[in-house]
Amino acid sequence: MPDAKNVERAVTTAPIALKLTAKDFKSDQEVRWCPGCGDYAILAAVQAFMPELGIPRERIVFVSGIGCSSRFPYYMDTYGMHSIHGRAPAIATGLSTTRPDLSVWVVTGDGDALSIGGNHLIHALRRNVNLKILLFNNRIYGLTKGQYSPTSELGKVTKSTPAGSADSPFNPISLALGAEATFVARTIDSDRKHLQSVLRAAAGHRGSAFVEIYQNCNIFNDGAFDALKEPATRDDFTIRLEHGNPITFGRNAEWCVIHPPGGFGLEVRRTAEVEPHEIVTHDRTVAEPAYAFALSRLPGEDLRHSPIGVFRAVDRPSYDDLVRGQVAAARARLTGSPEEELTKLLNSGDTWTIM
Amino acid sequence: MTKQVRQLDRVVIRFAGDSGDGMQLTGDRFTSETAQLGNDISTLPNFPAEIRAPAGTLPGVSSFQVHFADFDILTPGDAPHVLVAMNPAALKANLGDLPRGATIILNTDEFTNRNLAKVGYAANPLDDGSLDGYAVHPVALTSMTVKALDGQAISKKDAERAKNMFALGLLSWLYSRPHESTLAFLERKFAARPELVTANVTAFKAGWAFGETTEGFAVRYEVKPARQQPGNYRNITGNTALALGLVAAGVRSGLPVFLGAYPITPASDILHELSKHKKFGVTTMQAEDEIAAVGATLGASYGGALGVTSTSGPGVALKGETISLAVALELPLIVVDVQRAGPSTGMPTKTEQADLQMALFGRHGEAPVAVVAPRSPADCFDAAIEAARIALTYRTPVLLLSDGYLANGSEPWLLPDVTGLPDLRVEFASEPNSPDGFMPYLRDPATLARPWAIPGTPGLEHRIGGLEKADITGDISYDPTNHDFMVRTRAARIEAIQVPDLEVEDPDQTARVLVLGWGSTYGPIGAACRALRQRGLPIAQAHLRHLAPMPRNVDDVLRRYDRVVIPEMNLGQLAQVIRARYLVDAIAYNQVRGLPFTASELEFMLEELVKNA
Repeated sequence: MPDAKNVERAVTTAPIALKLTAKDFKSDQEVRWCPGCGDYAILAAVQAFMPELGIPRERIVFVSGIGCSSRFPYYMDTYGMHSIHGRAPAIATGLSTTRPDLSVWVVTGDGDALSIGGNHLIHALRRNVNLKILLFNNRIYGLTKGQYSPTSELGKVTKSTPAGSADSPFNPISLALGAEATFVARTIDSDRKHLQSVLRAAAGHRGSAFVEIYQNCNIFNDGAFDALKEPATRDDFTIRLEHGNPITFGRNAEWCVIHPPGGFGLEVRRTAEVEPHEIVTHDRTVAEPAYAFALSRLPGEDLRHSPIGVFRAVDRPSYDDLVRGQVAAARARLTGSPEEELTKLLNSGDTWTIM
Repeated sequence: MTKQVRQLDRVVIRFAGDSGDGMQLTGDRFTSETAQLGNDISTLPNFPAEIRAPAGTLPGVSSFQVHFADFDILTPGDAPHVLVAMNPAALKANLGDLPRGATIILNTDEFTNRNLAKVGYAANPLDDGSLDGYAVHPVALTSMTVKALDGQAISKKDAERAKNMFALGLLSWLYSRPHESTLAFLERKFAARPELVTANVTAFKAGWAFGETTEGFAVRYEVKPARQQPGNYRNITGNTALALGLVAAGVRSGLPVFLGAYPITPASDILHELSKHKKFGVTTMQAEDEIAAVGATLGASYGGALGVTSTSGPGVALKGETISLAVALELPLIVVDVQRAGPSTGMPTKTEQADLQMALFGRHGEAPVAVVAPRSPADCFDAAIEAARIALTYRTPVLLLSDGYLANGSEPWLLPDVTGLPDLRVEFASEPNSPDGFMPYLRDPATLARPWAIPGTPGLEHRIGGLEKADITGDISYDPTNHDFMVRTRAARIEAIQVPDLEVEDPDQTARVLVLGWGSTYGPIGAACRALRQRGLPIAQAHLRHLAPMPRNVDDVLRRYDRVVIPEMNLGQLAQVIRARYLVDAIAYNQVRGLPFTASELEFMLEELVKNA
C-alpha cells in the first residue's frame, strides 16, 4: 500500500553499480530542434554524462519551462515535466522539497529563467534548493521567432526592436551571484568535455547549482559566441577557471587576472608585466560572493575575457534539507498513531462536552 | 446587593473599539466563555485592513459580534442587542445598526472634546439627547481600570490597555458567563510577563465586581445552554477548520501534505495553522509569490504529495496559468480561495462571493476543474476533506471556495470521530498498464482518471507537459481529432465526479418558492426560511456544496418549484450559471456590501416572493 513512507525514502547519494549508457537516457521521441542548433550538442553531452551519476533513471527528473531549450525533458528517458513559462524552478522546488530521493534538474533558457521566471530563479538560488539548473543562454527568443531577450546586447536589432533594443542585458552569472547562489558555473555547448566537467561538479554540489551554458541559435542569433569558439580568438577571449590555479589565459598564458591595489574588482593584464604573486589564484570556495562577482564582470561587450568553469562552490544549508529536518524532528515527537494524534489535535484548545 | 436575574433566549453583543483596543481578543474570550456554557454561538469579526489606523478615527474601528442562544442559531445576528463602544468612533460607526431600545455601554473616558471632534460629533451624544431611545450605561472604563491597578508595577500605558479586560469582566458578569477559562487564558498569554497576568486578571475581576456592585446595572441575564447533539465541542473559525480538514485529509490518505502559499488576507491563517502541524507530515512553504506557491504545490503533487495552495481572489488570478497546467497534467491539486471583496485589492478584510465564475471559468482554454464550497465555519473541515477526496480520486484541481465571513467567523463544532472520516487512500501506479509499456494517459474507465505514476517508480519513466497530449500515450499531439477528443474528455472527467444529490429542506412540502444558495449565505438564508415558516409561510431551501460538477438532481429540484430565488454576495454569478444551464428563470437577489446578508432582509425579500407566488 503506498503511504507517506514511499515518498520519504532515504537519499542515496552514493553511486549504485548500474550498467547504464547514454543510450538508456534517450527517449523514443524524435528530437525536433532546428538542424544545427546548439541544443543537440548539450543533449548529447547530458545523455552521455548521466550514467556517471550512478542514479537509476527513475530517480532523475527533468523539469523545464517554455522555450526551445524547454523541450529537453521530452528527449530524456527519465521522469520529466515540460511546464509553463518561467515556473520550472518553483515547480522543481516543491518536488525537491518533498522528494529527497530524487535528482532534480531544471532546464531553462535566457527568456524563461531571466525574464518571465526571474523571480523564481533568484528565490530558488537564495533558498539553495537541491536543484541543478541548466540555463541555455542563446541571447535571443528562438521559439517565438527572434525577439531580443534579457541577455541580448544593448541595441540589438530584432523583429521587435527594429531600431535596436533599449534595455541593457542581464549578466546571468552576476545575477546568480547577487542572489548568493552557492554554485555558479558557465560552460559552452560546443565544448563537450568542459560541459561535462561542469555538470560533474554541479551534480556533486548539495544545494542549488546554477550552470549557464552558452548555446548557439543558428537561426536567429547565429555566431553569438563565435569569439569563444573560433581558433583565432578563443584563447585570448576565454578564461578557463581552474580551482587552485593562477588565473592565466591565452595560447601561451600571456594574459592573467590580478586584483589591482585600491580597486574593487579584477582586471586583465599581460602576464609578463606583473609579478607572479600578483596573479589571482582561483578559489571557488571563497565565502564572500564579491570575488566570484568580480570574475563575472571581466567580459567586455564583445565577450573578450569570458571566464568559463566554476566561479563559486560554497556550502550553505539547503532549504529543502532544513524544511525536511523540521518535519522529521516534529514527526519524531509523534507518540501515537496518526489517527490518535489527529484526535488529540481536534480535541485541543477549549472544548466542552454535551451529555 | 442582590440583583434580579432575567432569562433570555438569545443575545447579540457587539464589542467595538479602536483597532488597538483588543476588541477581537475580547470578543474571542467572551465567545469561548459562552461556548463553555453550552449556548449555541455564531460570531462575526469585522476589522479594518490597516493594522493600526489613526487612533480614535472611524476607519480605525474594529468590532466583534457574537450571537448566543439557548437554541440552534445560524447567523451572528442581524442587529446587536448590546453595543460596547470603547470610544466615540466606535459609537458613531455602529449606532446605525442598533435597534431602538438596545443597550449601549460606553467608555466615558474617551468621550473628550478632542475625540468627539475627530469623528465629527458637534455635541457630546451623552448629553445631547441623541441616545434617548437607548438604554445607555456610561462607564469610566479606562480610569476605573487604572485605579484598580493602582500600585501594580506596570506602566500607565499597560494599565490603560487592560481596559478591555475590565469590559470583558463586566459583560461576563452581566450575562453570567463562566470566567475560569479566561483567567487561564491570561495566564498562558502573558506567561512571559507575570505582571501583565496580574494586571489583566485584576482588571477582569474589577469589571466583574463593578457589575455586581454598581446600581447602574440592576438586572443580570442568563441564557441557558442550547439543546445540542451530545458530544465534544470546540469553537472554531473557518480558516482553522479548513486547515485541520487538510491535516485530516493527510492522515486519511497517508500522504504528506504540502501547502504552498503567499501571505494574503484573509487566507494567511490557513498557512499559519498548517505550519504548526509538521508532525503530521505537513510541509508548508511561504513562496516568493502566488505563482511560485501554486507551482511548488503542483511539483509536490507530481511527486506524490497532497498538494494544497491557499489564497484569496487576487492570488487565484495569478495562479490561473498553473491551474490550467494542472488540468492538462491531470494531477491532484487543491486551490483554496478565501474570497474577499474585489475587484483589485478591493476590501481585503470584507467578505464577498464574487470569485465563483473565476473558479468555474477563469482560465485560458477549456480548463474545467471541480469546485466545492463550505457553508459554515465548522463545515470548512468537511469541505476540505471533500476537496481532497475529489482531487485524489479524480486527479484534478479542485477550487475550494471559502470567504472572509467563514474564514474569521466561528461556531461550535461537534468534533468528529477520526476513524469515521472518509478513507482517502490512493494507489500510485507501480507497473506498466499496457502490453506496450506504460501509458500515462490510459484512463480508469470508471473515474476517467489517469494513473498517478510518481517519479521514483522504476519502469514508468515518462514525460508530461502542458502541450496537448495524444490520448493514451501522452505523446505530444497536434492532431485535430485528438485535441477535440481530449478537450471533451477533460470536461467529461469533471462531470463524471460522483457528488451527493442536492438536499432540499421543505418541511411542509407545500412550498412554491425555492431559495437556492451556495457558500456562506447558508446561515442567513436558513434563518430567514425558519422565520417565514414560523409565520406559516412555506418556503424551500437548497444549498449547493458542489458547484462543479453540480449534483445530478439539480434540474429536478429546480423544476419542482414555481419560483427559484438565488441570493448571493455578488451580482448574480450562480444565478447566471443556473439560468444558462437549466433554462430556469431564476431570480437573482444580490448584495455586495462586504458583509453577510442579514436574516431579516432576506426574510423581507422572500416574504414578498412567497406571498406573490
